[in-house]
Amino acid sequence: MTALRVVAGLAIVFVASYAAAQSGADRRRSGYQDMGEALQKMQDDDTANPGMLFVQLGSQAWSKPAGAADKSCADCHGAAASMKGAAVRYPAIPKGADVPMDLEGRINLCRTENQKAERLPPESRELLALEAYVAHQSRGMPVAPPVDPRLGAFRDQGAEIYRRRQGQLNLSCAICHDDNAGKKLAGVTIPEAHPTGYPIYRLEWQGLGSLKRRLRNCLVGIRAEAYAYDAPEYVMLELFLMDRARGMTFEAPGVRP
Amino acid sequence: MANVLVNAPKTAKRGAVVEIKALILHPMETGFRSGTNGQFIPRNIVERFTATWNDAEIFSMDMSPAISANPFVSFFAVAAESGTIRLRWTGDQDFAVEEQVAIAVE
Repeated sequence: MTALRVVAGLAIVFVASYAAAQSGADRRRSGYQDMGEALQKMQDDDTANPGMLFVQLGSQAWSKPAGAADKSCADCHGAAASMKGAAVRYPAIPKGADVPMDLEGRINLCRTENQKAERLPPESRELLALEAYVAHQSRGMPVAPPVDPRLGAFRDQGAEIYRRRQGQLNLSCAICHDDNAGKKLAGVTIPEAHPTGYPIYRLEWQGLGSLKRRLRNCLVGIRAEAYAYDAPEYVMLELFLMDRARGMTFEAPGVRP
Repeated sequence: MANVLVNAPKTAKRGAVVEIKALILHPMETGFRSGTNGQFIPRNIVERFTATWNDAEIFSMDMSPAISANPFVSFFAVAAESGTIRLRWTGDQDFAVEEQVAIAVE
């Protein structure tokens, strides 16, 4: 009897600890884990990852003076290592502003305020290169959105957009990326939509693209009208997605199929 | 100003087989696409890639419009003597880029 009780007791302990371990384990998957081995190797090898070409371009742009102030990024910020941690923190509310900005917006703010230069157009090679160069400095760090109570309302709006059905297909982001993540859509694994590798080199694009471009892709996919390039909705969505990916490893520039 | 990433070992044992990998930023525009004005976008591709080891050709290839943007090339060579590996891309619109890496064979 005693032996039986011990066994039963052990079984209970085992089940309880197993359940605790399961609930404590991070089950979130980056798109990286859903790619084939060849693509993972491509991303990991800095001389095979085409995103690194843009990082190289970005390092050239970093020290190139621009605008009426004739200042380069390096003149104020010094070596790009000072940007370590910037990409895992954004979107954030920069000093003197009252709305959140993504990294792209922050780079353009620096251009207009400090360099007295024109904004770089969205998805332009120079903007993506600078973004990739800055983001690359944070590679390997955990995603760490800032603790700023002012961001809460914007993040909630992002969550609302994420769960709102839209488009002719009447789908929300959550229907694919929460409810059906890991299943197949036309032969491709549906990722969990963690923005850990942006800007990414997407093979389908044969080029580097921002999270904004990826979100527009999805919107077109559900046959919704994409927001304008300067719409605040993208930043709200990114705020929500970065919070959802909090603690995951940042891997820019990522490679995706 | 072209952007190139080359991955070749800095040292190698004599007779060893080494892998050389090269990636270049290039649009590889096919010439079959039309722009927003309805006109064809002129073809702009890398036509030929050659690699020499101390001026002796060790690898070359012709590229076609079907090759993707930012082509990645990987090839193998036998390490015979120390020297310089020169990689050269030439193509449409007077595109010509050369990159060299030194390799020590012992």
